[in-house]
Amino acid sequence: MIYREAGQFKASYPADQAIFPIRQDQVALVIVILIAVFVVPVVIDDYWSNAVLLPFFVYALAAMGLNILTGYCGQVSLGTGGFMAVGAYSTYKLITSFPDLSFILVVILSGVITAGVGILFGLPSLRIKGFYLAVATLAAQFFLVWLFNKVGWFFNYNATGQITVTRMKVFGVLVTGPEATPTAKYLFCLTFVLVFALVAKNIVRGRIGRSWMAIRDMDIAAELIGIRPLYAKLSAFAISSFYVGMAGSLFFAVYLGAVEPTEAFGIEQSFLVLFMVIIGGLGTILGSFLGSAFMALMPILLKNGLVDGLQVEVVTAKHIEIIVMGTLIVVFLIVEPHGLARLWQIMKEKLRLWPFPY
Amino acid sequence: MKSISLNLRTAVLAVVASLLAFSASGYELVIPTLDYRTGPYAPNGIPIANGFTDYLRLLNARDGGINGVPIKHISCETGYNTKVGLECYEKVKNTPPSGALVIQPLSTGITYQLIPKAPVDEVPIFSMGYGRTSAANGKVFPWIFNFPATYWSQATVLIKYIGDREGGIANLKGKKIALVYHNSAYGKEPIRTLEKMSEKFGYELVLLPVDHPGQEQKATWLQIRRQRPDWVLMWGWGVMNQVAVKEAASIRFPMDHFIGVWWSGSENDVMPAGEKAHGYLSGTFHAPGGDFPVHDDIRKYVYDKGKGTGDRDRIGEVLYNRGLVAAMWTTEAIRNAMKIHGTKEVRGKHVRDGFESLDIDEQRLTELGLPNFTYPVKITCDNHEGPAKVAIQQWDAHKKEWKLITGFMDSMRDVVDPLIAADSAAYAKENGITPRTCVSAL
Repeated sequence: MIYREAGQFKASYPADQAIFPIRQDQVALVIVILIAVFVVPVVIDDYWSNAVLLPFFVYALAAMGLNILTGYCGQVSLGTGGFMAVGAYSTYKLITSFPDLSFILVVILSGVITAGVGILFGLPSLRIKGFYLAVATLAAQFFLVWLFNKVGWFFNYNATGQITVTRMKVFGVLVTGPEATPTAKYLFCLTFVLVFALVAKNIVRGRIGRSWMAIRDMDIAAELIGIRPLYAKLSAFAISSFYVGMAGSLFFAVYLGAVEPTEAFGIEQSFLVLFMVIIGGLGTILGSFLGSAFMALMPILLKNGLVDGLQVEVVTAKHIEIIVMGTLIVVFLIVEPHGLARLWQIMKEKLRLWPFPY
Repeated sequence: MKSISLNLRTAVLAVVASLLAFSASGYELVIPTLDYRTGPYAPNGIPIANGFTDYLRLLNARDGGINGVPIKHISCETGYNTKVGLECYEKVKNTPPSGALVIQPLSTGITYQLIPKAPVDEVPIFSMGYGRTSAANGKVFPWIFNFPATYWSQATVLIKYIGDREGGIANLKGKKIALVYHNSAYGKEPIRTLEKMSEKFGYELVLLPVDHPGQEQKATWLQIRRQRPDWVLMWGWGVMNQVAVKEAASIRFPMDHFIGVWWSGSENDVMPAGEKAHGYLSGTFHAPGGDFPVHDDIRKYVYDKGKGTGDRDRIGEVLYNRGLVAAMWTTEAIRNAMKIHGTKEVRGKHVRDGFESLDIDEQRLTELGLPNFTYPVKITCDNHEGPAKVAIQQWDAHKKEWKLITGFMDSMRDVVDPLIAADSAAYAKENGITPRTCVSAL
């Protein structure tokens, strides 16, 4: 009843091609963004920023990156943790070598460097496909983490191999380090996520995105209609790695502040992002957000609900959390194998007919 | 006239103080712990958490807390994961009424995360014998305390002990010493010190990293079999320890030439290897065993009332005592903070002062029911590491108990101090910190 597009006529091509063609969606989106930009920063505290929303943004960005590669271009990658590490270590080297560089530029440059590394490790995708490619990207994961742990130049030869962020400012406001306010950190990450979500959405709707999807659906047919796999696959690796690199950069500099390669960027990280993409929905930008929210925030929600709400003992709560998370993943995948984004899609379709379905 | 106004002031102060005392009736001392009872490090995390918690429960049950102010203990499960540790920290740090008085990260990775936050949030960090070694320099790290000893000090003591066993430190020349370490910030801590000493004493150092979580060590021990080091040192944690001891047993490496860091020397680490682990050595800064008066009190006031955290027969295990000694120093620092600030409503910044002037001598240890349990600790403004003494303990697989085989040995300050000075200076420079001046050092 409320969610109905009757009477909304598109009079021009741009109106017809809008990302959100239905007015109710547009209004809802604007409200969400207005709340995120104007209301949340006022009420946010350390816990909500550092423990809840920052990881959500960082993982949403990483999941978007992997979604471009795996969801849109069909190239399975297990190297996400390694590519995030490239982003983080690029950031560290950039801010320690050029302390005067704008931090926004540092994050973007970290993405660009990661894109270069991504292209390099994407080369095997021209010859190998499917599971075999997954194994090749797994090599990238282990190699990169080993490299950052082994070669002293990457962590400025300090005693422990930990990299620690220095205080960086954007427009005169601290965004990294312990003195940065939760609001500053939150707004900085929010801006990156919003801008690059918009960019990603437009890339995947355009010519490049269509060529990726053609490769994904059937690579031989795609070649026959004139799509060059070299460009399509390598551009997917590059843009995907660019996103993952920026996520790694924010993960290290804004969210954690200090990382060591083996723990922060291990294979668990790659799996986590892959699960986000699968559970959120392959080949959707919305799915990246939903998957990130599910995998990063659900454990915290469960923990706080059990420990503070139901007064369960801490360790029992942890065990319950592990069980519930596993069960939920299985249930979601059985109910809707195409992920949370598809579930949302179905809900919208039902809503359009409600309350008189036919 | 003057005396009247003075009297008036004291009267007003007395009224204010009584008002404060009245409102203090609901005050609680918040001591959070970041525990891990799950994951690959749980075998070691559980006894520490139990020892710590039991001691706090003992104080609450026997003395009604610290100086009559009850302790509110908050546990947060990290699974030894840095991200979760950060989430836990943000969650517990502002717990009413006192806010977190001190944080024990119980993981080197989490400690590194929290070191820059401590001065901003005004919550002192007590990383007892772990974390960043150069935080021993109180001039650069006023909020971090890592007494009673650090990894670098311990490395020098282990080398000193090896020197003693070889019949003099000069005999180390030409010997081969291998370091099996957890490939993380924690495991890498001693490398620089060991390298420095290898230049000085002329032994050859072989570095053998083991990746998290440490269940796969076949290749490592194959290398040891091939390279035949005279001694093996280990910086391990969690499941890595027991695997290493088992692997060492399977290649028949002499156990009395295999020394673990103080985090690699507990019952859990040697039991799985059974009889073959007999003679395995490790560093420590306190005694093993559950026969101290405080253990009797814990049995009486906590376990007999059914409030114990763990199994009754595991009281007195090495890591249980480790948690207990951490709780003892923590609560004594809070007691000290109450004394110097003359208030029972202490906050994090007061507790920092309490840590900085902590002075626990043997007499106080005896009062606390821990005679000869550890050595006296005195902290000053510029030295947060304290006395930095380490003893060696040995596992007796027949009796199934750890035994101290040396006294508490002094570390080589001529090796460690310059390293601490250099590393903390680098940190200060990188982070724009001007080292404070310490009056006591003058």
